Amino acid sequence: MTFRSLLSRNVGSVTSRSPVPDPAEEAVFRALADPTRRAILDRLFERDGQPLGEIERAFEMSRFGVMKHLRVLEEAGLVVTHREGRSKLHFLNPVPIRLIHDRWIDKYTEHRVSALADLKHELEEAG
Amino acid sequence: MSTMTQTAVQVYNVFIKASPEQIWAAITKPEFTSKYFYGSLVESTLEPGSPFIGWSPDREQQWTDGEVLESDPPRKLSYTWRALYDETTAAEEPSRVTWEIESQEGGVSKLSVVHDRLEHAPKTAENVAGGWMYILSGLKTLLETGEPLAG
Repeated sequence: MTFRSLLSRNVGSVTSRSPVPDPAEEAVFRALADPTRRAILDRLFERDGQPLGEIERAFEMSRFGVMKHLRVLEEAGLVVTHREGRSKLHFLNPVPIRLIHDRWIDKYTEHRVSALADLKHELEEAG
Repeated sequence: MSTMTQTAVQVYNVFIKASPEQIWAAITKPEFTSKYFYGSLVESTLEPGSPFIGWSPDREQQWTDGEVLESDPPRKLSYTWRALYDETTAAEEPSRVTWEIESQEGGVSKLSVVHDRLEHAPKTAENVAGGWMYILSGLKTLLETGEPLAG
């Protein structure tokens, strides 16, 4: 078996699965598709727990615009709010990204490992 | 994560297809915590004022120390928390961990973790920042599939 055939075998197994959209995952990908929203997450990564005004000041955008982006991020669960005294603070919630990591990255790493193991086995058999 | 400026509060949320009772059990019983909390075994009677301890998988070492502040099964559990597994975090003041579980529609529960009182525990804050998402993702996977995360 060639490496090319290993690759096509993997592609085949992916395309043959009928897509069942997971609404939670869809929301995360949709939220991450926008550069401003990714920049908001980067800001919160640098300094977690910011009030709306602080996030707003970092972007040349109307309060309404920032709030709209924050709402999309909150719906995807990537930003969560928490009250500290009188202020409502925004926190980066990395759990949905971790779940995508677990769901996708781990799986592909596993595939690659097993493909390489197969390849090694093939080569050793041939040798 | 040394580039990240730590604040005194960390907040994490996750939606889990499980009942509040199942999530409560997963947080408070060692047979569950061993499967998603770095293998650690929780020990507590959950009475306010009583210890809330995390043991290493072989029970040889005490990894975490704390005291139950509030216990309202299956909705809210709050305790002080100090990580003993690292010299620098062990020397810091205890912080506070609060789990809240809210039942939602469709058999889903919202689980939130607020880790605060980290003002005097910057090393702890840095130490747990990546850990919580790993733990909550593992907890969700365990309750929804019955399997611990690989690796």
